[in-house]
Amino acid sequence: MEMLLLLFTFVLSIFLGFELISKVPSQLHTPLMSGSNAISGISIVGALLASGLGEPKDPIAITLGVIAVACASINVFGGYLVTHRMLEMFRHKEGGK
Amino acid sequence: MDINTITILAYMVSAVLFIFGLKMLSKATTAVRGNLVSSLGMLIAIVATLIHAGMDYQWIIVGVLIGGIVGTVAALRVPMTSMPEFVALFNGTGGLASMLVGWSEYYHFYHKIGPYTVGTAGIDAGGPNVVNIIAIYLAVLIGGVTFTGSCIAYAKLAGKMNTKPILFSGQQVVNGLILVAVIVCGAVFIYDPEASLAQLLFYVAVVVSLVLGVMVTIPIGGADMPVVISLLNSYSGLAACAAGFVIDNTVLIVSGSLVGASGIVLTTIMCKAMNRSLANVLFSGFGSSEGATGAGGGGPQGEAKAISAEDAYYVLEAASSVVFVPGYGMAVAQAQHVVRELGELLEENGAEVKYAVHPVAGRMPGHMNVLLAEANVPYEQLVEMDDINPVIESIDVAIVIGANDVVNPAARDDPDSAIAGMPIINVDHARSCFVLKRSMRSGFAGVENPLFFKENTRMLFGDAKESITAIVNEFKGA
Repeated sequence: MEMLLLLFTFVLSIFLGFELISKVPSQLHTPLMSGSNAISGISIVGALLASGLGEPKDPIAITLGVIAVACASINVFGGYLVTHRMLEMFRHKEGGK
Repeated sequence: MDINTITILAYMVSAVLFIFGLKMLSKATTAVRGNLVSSLGMLIAIVATLIHAGMDYQWIIVGVLIGGIVGTVAALRVPMTSMPEFVALFNGTGGLASMLVGWSEYYHFYHKIGPYTVGTAGIDAGGPNVVNIIAIYLAVLIGGVTFTGSCIAYAKLAGKMNTKPILFSGQQVVNGLILVAVIVCGAVFIYDPEASLAQLLFYVAVVVSLVLGVMVTIPIGGADMPVVISLLNSYSGLAACAAGFVIDNTVLIVSGSLVGASGIVLTTIMCKAMNRSLANVLFSGFGSSEGATGAGGGGPQGEAKAISAEDAYYVLEAASSVVFVPGYGMAVAQAQHVVRELGELLEENGAEVKYAVHPVAGRMPGHMNVLLAEANVPYEQLVEMDDINPVIESIDVAIVIGANDVVNPAARDDPDSAIAGMPIINVDHARSCFVLKRSMRSGFAGVENPLFFKENTRMLFGDAKESITAIVNEFKGA
């Protein structure tokens, strides 16, 4: 039953995603992409659980966990920052002239 | 209320914030806030995970420090012109992270190390169920393809690798064998993940998915990169989604599918803008065979007429309406700032200035808009293809800067052309047209461009930045 609910959530989210994104104007495609890249850094949640739960003694488990956390952090930090940088430029123009 | 209930409720809040964030990203006026809202959602999700019972922080801190520093420094230093390869790399790290989550969970599960999180929801029911196991396999597969695929896309975009499609005989056979290996490994693995054969096949699948990522990206050429980046973007989301099914985590599933859907929408938009199907982009090795495409209509012949910067200035000085059509060449030459400067001079001179952006101009969706925004081009001067084409006949001068296929009239007029049917900006219908180009080489698609030989077209050869600077200097000197 739990699993069915998760599948349910999955299907609804896909449809929601289509609805949300189909309205984005082409000027914002690049920030949208880097912004959604940042969101896909959500796998950091899985990475944190993988490297934080249990006794971290096994070297292979530690290595996998740390690399996963590092990669996901790159997405989270880098993704949001670069999107912000881009969007700030878009905003400048409107106020500027 | 125990701590894990709080965690789940917090996940719900962050999922809602992601949704609002994405919604706000779709309007220029709210986009900045949208990004902040979405990052707040991420912060909540991370904190909620960290307070999860029984967490040990030492290795988490190491990982976050490494990734945080690398990500921050990269994001602050990357020039806007390098945005496509940057986004490609980010797709890759996202995919790799999800792949490693799946791998790590399987490792814990197989070796019975610690309280593994795989199948958290099913723990009472006695460990992971079959969906968790399938999800492990999919997370590794999609994550691996995303990772190496993005690395190849990065190498092509950054010019570290030839951007021509790489095709070899037997490619279909090799890809077919890889596909068979993926299915066989998957079936055995899912049947009994605790068998030692399953573990072996799991590692085979890791390698195969990495190889598959390379194989699906090398046949795709430079100008088709907008499609590939969008698709990899979608994969990185789907990989996160699969990782969510591994650990029965709703926030991963919701955000992963949002990203997955958004990538698919962008992919569809890009394909439409090139009038090609996704299958055609992915498998045709478009642009690899110049012979086949060039021979079609015999190719337009004639003499292209060159113009000097000085003469270009005289024409522009008299023009009352000018439209710039930027392409990838503008990004390569880093000419966006000097283009804006010329645009301002033309405006002071009384001309109406517009910038017409084709949906697939550049190497990623929205590439040109980012560059023009960086150069402070006013928002109101940007027009889309469908808005400029009906009025293009009243434009005095259209200046094509490093664009080729997106202004190639053959796409409209020649049904035999390789790019036939692709919507273009009709610059050849403008009263006159300047094409800034380094040489007479054909565009990415390998198709001759009849635009260069038209009566009202003048070629301004040389580096786009230098050519525009020369015209700007003429204006200033006058």
